[in-house]
Amino acid sequence: MERFQYTRARTIPEAIGIGAQATTAQQGAPVRFLAGGTTLVDLMKLNVEHPTRLVDINHLALNAIEHMPDGGLRIGALVRNAALAHDATVMKDYRVLSEALLSGASAQLRNVATTGGNLLQRTRCMYFRNTAMACNKREPGSGCSAIAGDNRSLAILGTSPQCIATNPSDMNVALAALDATVQVQGSKGERTIPFRDFHLLPGDTPHRETVLEPGDLVTHVTLAAPRAGATSRYLKLRDRASYEFALASAAVIVEVSGGRFGNVSIAMGGIGTKPWRMTAAEQALAGAPVDEATIVRAAKLALADAKPQSENGFKVELAQRCLAHALRLATGMAAS
Amino acid sequence: MSAARGSNPVGAPETPKVLGGKLPRIDGPLKVTGRAVYTSDIALPGMLFAIPVRSTIARGRIVSIDANAARKLPGVKAVYHRGNIKAFFRTAPPKGFSGLIDEKRPPFEDDEVRYYGQYVAVAVAQTMEQAKAAADAVRVQYAAAAHNVGKQLGADKPMKVESERGDADKAFASAPVKVDQVYITPTEVHNPIELHATVASWEKGHVTLYETSQAILNHQDVLHQMLGVPVENVRVITHFLGSGFGGKLWPWTHSILAAGVAREVGAPVKLVVSRQSMFEAVGHRPRTQQHFRLGATPEGKLVSLSHEYLNQTSELDDYKEDCGEATPFMYSVPNLRVASALSRGNIGTPTAMRGPGAVPGLFAMESAMDELAIALKMDPIELRKRNEPTQDESNKLPFSSRHLLECMQVGAEKFGWAQRDPAVGAMKRDGLTIGWGVAACSWGAMRSDAQASVEITREGTAIVKTATQDVGTGTYTVLAIIVAEATGIAIDRVDVQLGDTRLPMGPISGGSWVTASVIPAVSNAARDAVKALLGMATSGPNPAFKGAKPEDLQLVDGRVKRKGEASSGVALGDVLARANVRSAIGHGKSATTMGGAESRKYSLHSYGAQFAEVTWHPQTARLRVSRFTSVIDAGRMLNPKPARNQIEGAVVMGIGMALLEESRYDQRYGAPINSNLADYMVSTNADAPPIDVTFLDYPDLVLNEMGARGVGEIGLAGTAAAITAAVYHATGVRVRELPVRIEDLLGA
Repeated sequence: MERFQYTRARTIPEAIGIGAQATTAQQGAPVRFLAGGTTLVDLMKLNVEHPTRLVDINHLALNAIEHMPDGGLRIGALVRNAALAHDATVMKDYRVLSEALLSGASAQLRNVATTGGNLLQRTRCMYFRNTAMACNKREPGSGCSAIAGDNRSLAILGTSPQCIATNPSDMNVALAALDATVQVQGSKGERTIPFRDFHLLPGDTPHRETVLEPGDLVTHVTLAAPRAGATSRYLKLRDRASYEFALASAAVIVEVSGGRFGNVSIAMGGIGTKPWRMTAAEQALAGAPVDEATIVRAAKLALADAKPQSENGFKVELAQRCLAHALRLATGMAAS
Repeated sequence: MSAARGSNPVGAPETPKVLGGKLPRIDGPLKVTGRAVYTSDIALPGMLFAIPVRSTIARGRIVSIDANAARKLPGVKAVYHRGNIKAFFRTAPPKGFSGLIDEKRPPFEDDEVRYYGQYVAVAVAQTMEQAKAAADAVRVQYAAAAHNVGKQLGADKPMKVESERGDADKAFASAPVKVDQVYITPTEVHNPIELHATVASWEKGHVTLYETSQAILNHQDVLHQMLGVPVENVRVITHFLGSGFGGKLWPWTHSILAAGVAREVGAPVKLVVSRQSMFEAVGHRPRTQQHFRLGATPEGKLVSLSHEYLNQTSELDDYKEDCGEATPFMYSVPNLRVASALSRGNIGTPTAMRGPGAVPGLFAMESAMDELAIALKMDPIELRKRNEPTQDESNKLPFSSRHLLECMQVGAEKFGWAQRDPAVGAMKRDGLTIGWGVAACSWGAMRSDAQASVEITREGTAIVKTATQDVGTGTYTVLAIIVAEATGIAIDRVDVQLGDTRLPMGPISGGSWVTASVIPAVSNAARDAVKALLGMATSGPNPAFKGAKPEDLQLVDGRVKRKGEASSGVALGDVLARANVRSAIGHGKSATTMGGAESRKYSLHSYGAQFAEVTWHPQTARLRVSRFTSVIDAGRMLNPKPARNQIEGAVVMGIGMALLEESRYDQRYGAPINSNLADYMVSTNADAPPIDVTFLDYPDLVLNEMGARGVGEIGLAGTAAAITAAVYHATGVRVRELPVRIEDLLGA
């Protein structure tokens, strides 16, 4: 860890003002906002992040879950994962989000980690976290060690020759399925970013993970009113029962009437370089009969573009099974 | 441990008779309240912090070390490397349990790098953070050479035969039923939660080392040799250990570096090994590759057993993982051959890990036995019954105490084995497929040399002293129990002192033999102290029991009484006061069984049966261990509560071994790549199923007067084989290379 200056921000404009002095808000940013710190401080200890300035935003008034007039929910960026997961409305109307949050990390981490921080959670690719090894995300142009290395847990969708790192967040998968919006305040004012536009594909610039610019502060995540009659579930598959990132996960929001699927939203985690929305499978399901054949067909379609790495060919099959079973759970075709 | 005295941290014992009771650890309250001082908690005045610089190549030569930038950083005192530190010596060949070290090359001996993470320099600063920053700022140039961290093992010399009878090859060739398979266990890392650590402090040529050691006396001996100072000038202290699993048995290079650096800077130095280095520089269980061939008659009688195996070791050190340890005596078979060789790689030197040899060896043998039972269409318990030996066929010695079949029978009843449908995937529950598996296990029953003293004081307490360690397994409590049993002094009035080389010679905390080893020494010392006390009670200037003979008296609840009399007697302290003696001191010894008389007359081993249930959810390829039954024949249990805890912990570790654990090496960098506790997976609480533990409790009186053996390791043996047998039963997939992974089962 290197020396840094610590500032406790008293107001949002103060935080934004300091942040705006930075040259980038992406990998290597000289200014970082400190919320839960569960990713940032960890990476600072590993010398992967080395900001010269930390702006502690924990005292800003961004820790409320507000009910909106349109029936939606506005979640402050500082709402802790545990508080959000156990919120009565979230448990009732946005089950997929509660389940996703509770499947992640450990109880101790969830007590500290925040909504805004989880949105920006960095990859767990082992080469990104090891400064003795090449990584384009950490040091642009140095090369990707993972492509010919230990890549069992890495991505099969959205990869590039420069990077195959997965987005590790469970919460992001649920937010992708929920069509959340991210509210940002920056030096040029406020703006609202649809969730699908918030994260970037690695392409040739894997060090750029989001659309955030210097001074941009995530203030809220907004959810639309729950769809009446919809059922939502999150299913996470992994080697052990707890405290592991997903090998494959699926967030599904399903409407069913008259034995047929209505609107369906699907996002998947553990397999993509960003939270992955499965639009082809959604379209295939809409209007189709709720049966095993439909589900299996949609699951295969979802993974049609998958490009496995040297050690994770099994993820294609596992992800198909994950999505199919999440759909069974959401439609009541399976109980567990 | 002085807090055990006076304040009764235990609460009232459940019964006055402490032996075989259910005592919580007497050191438990200290630990759960944070008052137990572990090595890395030690803070000495003026103490500095050392952080090693780890090599970032796996093979090659150090060309240059540039520490100029590091030395200029705030708080940095020095950066040491081969060029500027007093050289360390190698140890002479070990004698018994002295002078043992697995990585024999002292740090900085030459400019060669032989494994990734080898220490090449060390930074010293006023704070740990400053030392880390300095270590990170040291620039090392290497001339890298080709390295080998490959998974495919190859013998560096012809196989050496360890045990042989009859003609295994010939008998196998003509056997009607055969199993011929290779079983592989991966590199596993001990990963105790307590990181290895050393705090070294010199004064006038004497060094005190606060250590994380499972063997302080050996540590003292090794450090005296490597530092080149007289043995009496080295004191090693380990009061509490946050476990070790064998990884803390012998000294590692960081301890020598910490002592050397403290000598150079003239101030106490603390060095705490990083979690990453725990995967590189403090040993591991090496990868094994084991070829098993079993031949049997159609009735299930073994006619041939061949076990040929390799284990990986480092370039310089000959660490042998003794996979054939249990093979020669486990079953009755007329033709047997066990042979082995080493395979070298650019990895850190391996070391003993919980149940060394037997644990990977029994994974292979018990897997092969399960495969043989399937080939014979025979119940796997029946197969073991048909091959139960009447003696140890490797040396023709009688077993001191062997109840393997009873373990199987009791386990089968408790587990409900009779309900088993042997067909693959035939058993269902709650939408899940159930798989059941069974395996036998074994671990040596041994005793080592030990000495102890017991002092009965005027306060009516007893102080027991021996230079052993408590790894966290309950040694403090067991020592208190033995003294309480022999003296009649209440357990909360027994002060246990261990973990200091100034105490009488005690055993290493390894091999599951601490309890068996300390019983004779401590019992004898306690009786010796009682004898001295009763002597004072009956003779001398002012005896409490004038005219009585010592044999007329007994100690009950801290008082001396005449046998058969109802009177309340005289308090121990009053006996001493009347004699005007400060305390009554006794001394005792234990003698080793290793090479001793018992081991020439008996085959000394513990046994057990492991039963695993897994659940398999085919739609999501989710496999979990849902239930486990362990029946252990390990002599008499002195304190079943922590003993049960040992077996439960070992089963949880065995679930990790079967399904999760593997230290993986990046082939290009030569580095253990998943070197943290998120990417190297061990069982979590959520992975731990209900575990039913039964002890048969047959005393092994050959081993000691209480008939006690140890239980630290046996619970891990056989566990992985029982689980992979259950995985086969549920899925039809036989996994012979651990761990079982989701991708192995997707085809099921």
